[in-house]
Amino acid sequence: MAVAKTYREAVQGAELPSLTLPPVDPLTLALFAGGSGDHNPIHLDREFARKNGFDEVFAHGMLSMAYLGRLLSNWAPPERIREFSTRFVSITPLRAVVTCSGDVTEIAVISGRRCAKLALKTALADGTVTLSGEALIQLD
Amino acid sequence: MGLGVLDKTKIGAETEEREIAVEAGMLRLFCQAIGETNPIYLDDSAARKAGYPAIPAPPTYASVLANLAPPKADLVLSVLGADLGRMLHGEQGFTQHKPIFVGDRIRLKQRIADIYDKKGGALEFVVLETSVTNQDDELCATMRTVAVLRN
Repeated sequence: MAVAKTYREAVQGAELPSLTLPPVDPLTLALFAGGSGDHNPIHLDREFARKNGFDEVFAHGMLSMAYLGRLLSNWAPPERIREFSTRFVSITPLRAVVTCSGDVTEIAVISGRRCAKLALKTALADGTVTLSGEALIQLD
Repeated sequence: MGLGVLDKTKIGAETEEREIAVEAGMLRLFCQAIGETNPIYLDDSAARKAGYPAIPAPPTYASVLANLAPPKADLVLSVLGADLGRMLHGEQGFTQHKPIFVGDRIRLKQRIADIYDKKGGALEFVVLETSVTNQDDELCATMRTVAVLRN
């Protein structure tokens, strides 16, 4: 499938350049807790995670969404990103390697503007989909 | 009638309006945490060269501002009395009307838009909507959050 390096090359079926992140480690989660203001101990404190039925802390869903945000902001400037939404499908465990990918599902005219509809996802190295989402990018 | 334990009469409950300044240092820390490399989000002169009045906020930053300026009573944990350890993030959406920039003063207001349950009440869902407005009374974004409670 063709790769569209930026929104200027958007055509139906084109892929966005994918983004693979370094493994999620405890420092990643501590930095994200501080940087995002989400201090939920389920992402930081193993004892708290265990008390609530998890073996280990796991990554903030919004960390993976922010990674997908990087995929988008590498592709289009902020004022063109009209809609961006995700469903958190499964948990991202510690040490996971997250890959963000997306493709143009449709070029459509919405409220008089040409827009690219994108399908987005994050997945682990074994292929498990962790986030599934969509975005709408204004083309003109 | 649903089988969940959350009080559905709280649909429509809302937070007070909170205001927060978009600070360069906090935005930089977020960019560092997510490994952002695009210079317009990191460097004031690169942002200005690209035509922006200041560094723009990355796509999900409105949710960070909401975390940094929490309401007096959290709608899910306090108003609905849900247990933090049972809560998962189900969905998140942003409708963006105008970028947020460093130096903006942003006002946030959140409401409970819906509460519903699945699997005979084993899972409950709280739909939250947040308006994000800047100092010129322009609506920058609306956020939709679905919190999932494991009963």
